[in-house]
This record gives sequence, C-alpha cells and structure tokens, in this order.
Amino acid sequence: MLVTPVAVAPAVSASAVDVVLNGIPIVRGASLAIAQGEMVAILGNNGSGKTTLMRALMGLVPHRGDIELFGTELGQFRDWGRVGYVPQRGNILVQQATAREVVASGRLGRRRAFMPESASDKAAIAEALMEVGLADRGRYPFVRLSGGQQQRVLIARALATGADLMAWDEPLAGVDRNTQDLLAGVAARLKERGTTIVMVLHELGCFRDLIDRSIILADGRVMPPGYDLHASDHLHDHDHDHPEHDHRAVHGGHEVEEHERPRTHHTGLEVG
Amino acid sequence: MEWLSLAFMQRALLAALITGVTAPAIGTFLVQRRLSLLGDGLGHLAVAGVGLAFLTGTAPLPMAVAICVLGSIGIEMLRESGRASGDVGLAILFYGGLSGGLLLAGLAGQGAGTLSGYLFGSLLTVNATDLWVIAGLGLVVLVVTLGLLPQLFTVSADEPFARSIGLPARFLNILVVTLAAITVTVSMRTVGLLLVSALMVVPVATANHIVIGFRTGLIASMGFGAVAALSGTIGSYYLNTAPGSLIVVIAIGLFALSWPVSKVLQRRQRPIIEVADAVEPATHELTEAHPHVHSENCGHLPVQHAGHVDYVHDGHRHAAHGDHYDEH
Repeated sequence: MLVTPVAVAPAVSASAVDVVLNGIPIVRGASLAIAQGEMVAILGNNGSGKTTLMRALMGLVPHRGDIELFGTELGQFRDWGRVGYVPQRGNILVQQATAREVVASGRLGRRRAFMPESASDKAAIAEALMEVGLADRGRYPFVRLSGGQQQRVLIARALATGADLMAWDEPLAGVDRNTQDLLAGVAARLKERGTTIVMVLHELGCFRDLIDRSIILADGRVMPPGYDLHASDHLHDHDHDHPEHDHRAVHGGHEVEEHERPRTHHTGLEVG
Repeated sequence: MEWLSLAFMQRALLAALITGVTAPAIGTFLVQRRLSLLGDGLGHLAVAGVGLAFLTGTAPLPMAVAICVLGSIGIEMLRESGRASGDVGLAILFYGGLSGGLLLAGLAGQGAGTLSGYLFGSLLTVNATDLWVIAGLGLVVLVVTLGLLPQLFTVSADEPFARSIGLPARFLNILVVTLAAITVTVSMRTVGLLLVSALMVVPVATANHIVIGFRTGLIASMGFGAVAALSGTIGSYYLNTAPGSLIVVIAIGLFALSWPVSKVLQRRQRPIIEVADAVEPATHELTEAHPHVHSENCGHLPVQHAGHVDYVHDGHRHAAHGDHYDEH
C-alpha cells in the first residue's frame, strides 16, 4: 500500500459515529479513516450495520459523531461531484427511463439547472456506458435489463459523475458471473487512476485481489483488524445468509454455537 | 367551422390546449412516483379554495391556487416525515377539502349548481381574465417542468442518489407537488376538478405504451393530452355536452387504441437474455425442417450465449449454422 503524505486529508474519516434508526442503535461508536486512493471493503453479516454506516457517510441518515469527506465536515461538505454513490439496487422507481437516462442523472451534480447536456456531459455518459459494457444498451428501458445489467447501469451512473471517491453498496448482490468479472475490471481501472473506493460487501468475491484492506462490522461496531468474520460460520468456508444464527442468539436455545459473536442487546430487528 | 370565429370558442380552445399539455407533463412525475391519484386529491382540496372565494367574494382561481398549493406542501411534508404512509391522513385532508368547499359555498348562498362549473369544468364561460391567468400559470408549469426535467426525474427515481450528488431533494419534491397543485387548479375551468386527474394520468399511460424513454414519454403524453383536449372541446360544441367529460373519454379512447400497439412493440423490444454458461452442446444436432428464418425482429425470444444469439422456438434454442439451425 502506498504511504499517503500527511498533508493530504483522508477521503473519508469518521470518529465515534452512532446511528440510531427508529430508536434502535444500528451503528455504534464507529471510527475509521480511508486514505485517498485506497480501496476498502466494509464487511459484515446481515444486520451488522454496514449499509447504514455507508448511508451515514453519504449524509443520508442522521448521525452523532464526526464524519469528514476530504477533510470537510459532512454538514459543510458541498463538493458532491467528487462522490459517486451506488445505492442498493431495487429501490429505484423508473418504469420508462432508458439506461442512458439513468446514467445521465449522474451528471446533474455538475450540470446547471435549466441548461441542456453539454458536450462533456454527453462524452462522460457514453464513456461510462462503454466502461460497463453497455454501449449498445443506452436506448433500452432500464426495467427490461437483467439484474446484472441494471447493476452495471447504476455503476455507470456513478462513473458518469466523474467522482474520485466511489461508494458502492453491495455491488455484487444478485449479479451474474459475467457482471462480477466486468465490475472487477472497472474497479481495477478506477484504482489505477487513483480513485478511492469504498464498498459494502457481503463477501470479497471478485474484488478479493484488489481490496487493500477490510473494515469489519459486527453488531454495529468496527471490529479490530484481524477479526475473523466467519469464525461463527462453523465449518462452512463460504458465507451466504445464516438467519438462524440470530434466532439462536435471541432464543438462547443453542448459544454454544454462537460463541464467537459479540452478543449485546440482540433484538432480532437489526436493519441491514 | 363557424366555431373558429367565435370568441368564446377561441378562448375555450386555448384554455383546453393549455390544460391538455400541462396536466400530462407534471402527471408524468406523479405516475413515476406511483402517486397517480394525488391529482384527484388535490382537486378535492381546490374545492375548498373555490368555496372560500365565494364566501369572501374574491376571484375563485387565485384563491383555489393558494389553498391547493398550501395543501400540497403540507402533504409533501407529511410524506417526507413518513407519517402519511397509511393514506388515511390524506383521505381526511381531501374529503375535508371537498366537504368544506361545499359547505362554504352553501354559506355564501351559492348552490351546488355554481360549484359544478368548477367540479366538471365550464370551458365556454372562460373570460379573457381567466385565460390570462390560465396561460400565465400554465407557462410557469411548463417552463419549470421541462427546464428541470432531469433534476425532477432523478429525485423522483432515486432520492438517496439525488441527495448524494447534492441535488436539493426536499425543494424538488415540494416543487413537484406545487406544480401539480397549480396544474389542477388551472384545469378546473376546462375539465373540472373531479376529472383533471384523468388528464394527468391517462395520456401518460398512453405514451408509455407507445414510446421508450422518460423524456420522450413526457413529450408524447403532452401530444396525446393536446389531441384529447382540442378534439373534446370541438366535439362538445357539436354534441352540446360538457367538454370535460368528452375530453377525458377521448383520452381513454386513445389509451384503449394504444394497447394493441404496445403488444406489438413489446414483442420487438424483448430483452436479450444472457446465458452465463458459455458451453455449446457436445453433439451437433440439427433442427427438423426449418423454413422460418430467425432475425432480430422475428418475434422469437433471443438468448445470448457463447458469443452468438440463439432464438427460442417452441421450447428449443435454435442457433444459426450455415444454411440450417442447430439445437443448442
């Protein structure tokens, strides 16, 4: 990993961040710093608060504690053109829009109101579609694309912003193998250009060789480096959802199998 | 064509045209947000404004605009805070508006007859002042809707993303409902408060059957809205009926006609399915006699795999191979 000069502010820093949603603590005392140019995965089981932490970093949910982007306190941060956020797929309301229209919305942080697309907007949109291998699908309705293609469109929308900090939330959820390989290529090229990348992931998957380090969340807290996320996964060496873990923790029937997880105030209501 | 020279018909046609293009333009955003019935509710609310104007002896149109805009902002604030999710609050607000309006009009000594000119429209009594107000407000709605189309689209489609690029999401959300409120009240003399919602939704649904893309759909819906509004107004002159009802019936007729068209188009625009396994069958199996030639638009579902396209044909996948088709 490159040594970052001290004068450069971290792309993302958070200290003692708490997020409480509907009265339930989701993120608790999270502190982290991500240097510019770093590629970092935020890992954790379902309900560990990783998506909520990313939403807090994007200023989308209220938080306590300090969050800074590029050295500016989140409340004062106005340079949103530097951030390329990819929310979880599935919450987007577009019955009619084409793939290109969705990608074009990535330019709005830089485009002035009442002004048409400039030549550089058009070039950025075309380039972003090409980068994710959908140059020939621009005029296609977004909802008619496959799940993997829709994810690629959302990544392209983030690329079109021209941001130097990417924040991707579960980019691999429900995408096919081809798309995984393609997204790994996109991430590798971004990293080469010095873009900072933060990803919420369920497993490292195709990004395994690119990730500089992982931040592991468990029960809303950042775990110390070296924490074994899968120690509680028995003999499995893979990690899909194990919802029964939470039930065991709550009901206390087979607690011996849950010994590795810090079990504090389990409600069974954790939000992902 | 003698109606073209009649001053009241000229005013009626202009007012109808303005409603016909503005209602679907802002309606496109309501449909996108799955708020198709919001226009109907705002129409109910505007009745309270009309009733209040009767009671205070002021002009109905500006008063209805004011009440409706205030109400729409209140609704958006409720939605944002997540407290209106149950719909019941909205229903109470809307029916409160309708009953309050009827009550106020009654207190002002105006019967339901006067009010019906606003509930169902009375295009032929639009005077020059009304027309100026309608034209001015319609212009504002169109300029803002078309000028901020990408911003309004983005915040309606994906609010977290819109906020992450620094768009003023809250302002834009309020703008959409405010523009909808203005459109509803501007339309009360043309199609009437009870039917305006139809013009905000039906031409949008028609356009979505026929064209692809959000922007294209919005422009096309304005076209359908204009056709329905103008033909309905002219038709009502000959049939001697209320224009509002005919305008909406024509809009629904256009929608019905667009249905078969959309079925044909859908066959052509089916997505190409990508099959991840890039394995071709080990054996070379020819299809049976196959006079049909597959092509991009032949109607058979294309499946992309291993660098070529198969066509699904009666449960088989056919791949072109020289002068014949293989089973894949």
